[in-house]
Amino acid sequence: MSLLPFCQWLADTPGSIALHESLYMYPLVESAHVLTLCLFLGMAIMFDLRLLGITLTRVPITEVKRRLGPWMAAGFVVMVITGVLLFYAIPVRSYQSLWFRMKVVALILAGLNAFVFHSGIDRRVAEWDLAPTPPRAARMAGATSLVLWAIIVVAGRMIAYNWFDCDKQPQPRVVNALAGCVVPSVGARR
Amino acid sequence: MNLSEVVNLSSFIDWTAASWLSHAISTSTWAFAVIESIHLLALSVIGGSVLIVDLRLLGYGIRTQTLAEVARDAQRWFFGSWTVMIITGVLLFISEPQKLYYSTPFAVKMLCLLLATIFALTVRRQVTLAGEGRVSPIWMKLVALVSLALWFGVGAGGRWVGFSG
Repeated sequence: MSLLPFCQWLADTPGSIALHESLYMYPLVESAHVLTLCLFLGMAIMFDLRLLGITLTRVPITEVKRRLGPWMAAGFVVMVITGVLLFYAIPVRSYQSLWFRMKVVALILAGLNAFVFHSGIDRRVAEWDLAPTPPRAARMAGATSLVLWAIIVVAGRMIAYNWFDCDKQPQPRVVNALAGCVVPSVGARR
Repeated sequence: MNLSEVVNLSSFIDWTAASWLSHAISTSTWAFAVIESIHLLALSVIGGSVLIVDLRLLGYGIRTQTLAEVARDAQRWFFGSWTVMIITGVLLFISEPQKLYYSTPFAVKMLCLLLATIFALTVRRQVTLAGEGRVSPIWMKLVALVSLALWFGVGAGGRWVGFSG
């Protein structure tokens, strides 16, 4: 299933064109997306470091979650809204971006990691709430989260570069396959 | 306003632009992108370490610990990420010194960075380490707001450098 026709339709909508061509709106949305990193990811990193037992070690896990959680959630909402707008402004190129696809995969994995944490070791948080060094499963969740979010940030930044863009052929076959580029086969080109 | 109007560094700027390091970063396909990515990752950490203390000053942060304890915990992440920010920032500067020398957003960013760092090491440090009840809540809130405004200026200025010229 390819979402390319949908992205092409989206790119032709007036809103997408307006945002893409706007002088200030697009940079403002992008700036909000980047600077909200401090709020969302900053808080998430502090929580993950607490899970790893290397910061705020005397603060109960539930307290860290209760106080930082709402800020993290608010930051996440801004991230999603601005992120969707950025995709809406440049749908086709984003859809066919190797970096964007890598980012989406890492986002899904980060979501799964959070789900596994909340439905697993976090249910028994009362048993280890005060532990300076949380149990292994919690530390694993924290470390996995840090790695995945680092990948998400770096991949997100790299979307701006055109190294692997579909309109920059020839690309290695694996790049074209992973990015979903529509290119004439080698035989057809001859 | 830009740096060239404040101080004459033209020979230093030219020397930097002509250096092998500047050439190496600006002609490399990956170097700038990689350095910038590390700069962004450190931004997340410095953002968290600043916010965790400023939110506490505003009355929205972690409450089971004293302010001084939260500040001490945040401090090493702040200094660590600040150092990474400066190192990667200097490398980014070296790669395009002439553009930044004449850039208004960059001048704003440097001014905010200077003020934010001085403020963090002096007033904010005194207030956070003073202990509960020594400073009235209204002053604590003011300190947090000044800190947030200055760091926002650093971040917003930095992002705007990329959009101009």
